[in-house]
Amino acid sequence: MHPAFSVIFLTTLIGAGQGLFLALYTGQVYSIANLLDPQDSVTFYAWGSLLALFLLALGLFASFFHLGHPERAWRSAAQWRTSWLSREVVVLPVFMFFVMLYGLFNYFGLTEVLFVVRGQLPVDSTLLIGLIATLLAFALYLSTAMIYASLKFLQEWHSPLTVVNYTLLGLASGFTLAAGFAAWTHANLVGFYVGWAVIFTMLGMISRFASLYRNGRMKRLVETSNAIGVKHNRIVQKSQGFMGGSFNTREFFHGKSPAFVRFMRNTFVVLVFIVPVVIMISAANAGSFHLLIVAFVVQYVGLIAERWYFFADAQHPQNLYYQAKG
Amino acid sequence: MTQLALVIDLNVCVGCHACVTSCKQWNTSGWAGPLVDQRPYDQDPTGTFFNRVQTFEVGEYPNTETVHFPKSCLHCEEPPCVPVCPTGASYKREDNGVVLVDYDKCIGCKYCSWACPYGMRELDENQKVMKKCTLCIDRITDESLPERERKPSCVLSCPTDARLFGDVHDPESEVSIAIREQGGYQLMPEWGTKPANHYLPRRKAKIQIHEDELDRADNPLKKEAPLPAAEGETLDDVAW
Repeated sequence: MHPAFSVIFLTTLIGAGQGLFLALYTGQVYSIANLLDPQDSVTFYAWGSLLALFLLALGLFASFFHLGHPERAWRSAAQWRTSWLSREVVVLPVFMFFVMLYGLFNYFGLTEVLFVVRGQLPVDSTLLIGLIATLLAFALYLSTAMIYASLKFLQEWHSPLTVVNYTLLGLASGFTLAAGFAAWTHANLVGFYVGWAVIFTMLGMISRFASLYRNGRMKRLVETSNAIGVKHNRIVQKSQGFMGGSFNTREFFHGKSPAFVRFMRNTFVVLVFIVPVVIMISAANAGSFHLLIVAFVVQYVGLIAERWYFFADAQHPQNLYYQAKG
Repeated sequence: MTQLALVIDLNVCVGCHACVTSCKQWNTSGWAGPLVDQRPYDQDPTGTFFNRVQTFEVGEYPNTETVHFPKSCLHCEEPPCVPVCPTGASYKREDNGVVLVDYDKCIGCKYCSWACPYGMRELDENQKVMKKCTLCIDRITDESLPERERKPSCVLSCPTDARLFGDVHDPESEVSIAIREQGGYQLMPEWGTKPANHYLPRRKAKIQIHEDELDRADNPLKKEAPLPAAEGETLDDVAW
């Protein structure tokens, strides 16, 4: 497939935004359970939510560029019953609304305890709003990944590993950013967030390697003989019917050399999984905010390469019909 | 339910591209607007076509066959391009089973072209919507055309009658009979898309004649010699 940068930016930005929100909420839940110190609702939760909202909005803005008619994009919520793209279009704004609500309630200090669970856990409105937003964040990871995983002809994508990878990599980038954000707001949660960021990055490495292994070993189910229905084991296309290009020769192929694709794969493995972990562990000891932000930027650039590779890796069966120029 | 479709006879197609040209002409001058054609006389031309004819070589030289393969939307009975469309622009008509695109709703996200395993959907670079073979819906439903012309333009233009048009759900239609009698098959049936267009395979009509069928074992004359009647009258020639 041809990797579209607007979709690469969309998925990486909203993945990081979702992960950052989930990190903030995890911090809130842990502090309510007295496992961590509670944080200031304005400087930590409100500005944190604003940062997450900014990433989500930037991702949404980027996504308009992959449409032919962005002015009709509102129509894309119509088929939520059958289309995962439609479901994502529904869930993303609702999630953004709840993140905004979470941020606003924290900003205006509307954090009075509503009731207490089992005499120990105080529940306030931000906890409830955050819970709904958490469920929506996971629904959004699922919807975004299922856009690709639901296409059963695209064997490289059609696997639960696609959903697992989207979720884990989004969480990893979000928690890495949360570590940097915590260092900037001087919240003593840096160690907590670095720990979880490393865990999610390592889990993401395992699952991404699993999908690389699966895709490398996979047997192609469609060959030219199925494609044209002629039963012979040697079929070669002599002409694709035209000598120029067409949508089918551009949209479904990345146009780069195999060496470049391998380079992107090696790049993302290093930049997403290895360099950020090394930086974060050394930065957590030193407590340096700048190093943690560098870790996030490196991981984010690596994720762009990972998403590029994800798209470039998929071989659409229609490519069998477009082999020979002539 | 009526399911209109094409049957394409690969045994007869000579790869002349008449169907490609007539399809392009009809759809460019029809109600849906022109199909894009960029740099047609320059280097690196590109454009949107609903129907393309490809050529495949089967076998190893010198025992090869050249198969010309016209490719257009198969109007699947379980079209994978319909449920994935987020706006509902991609739909299948209930009355005749033709899969169509509503150009006023399409946002050009290209998800339907990813979902089609056959690569039949193309983005029109000018109009920025997804387009595909409409089975000449504007011709086949046009009551003002004579019955003979209420067919897709590719079917009318094929000089070898390699393209047949009809209802594949009607067992007595021309297409159903062709599929049944000539071994018509679908493309990639294992994906469960149930394409309505069928292809007729390469075939030769042959009968087997064995040596011993020419030579009768129980020939009473023991040789294929002139009959005794040629040598004069026999008892059978007596009139009474």
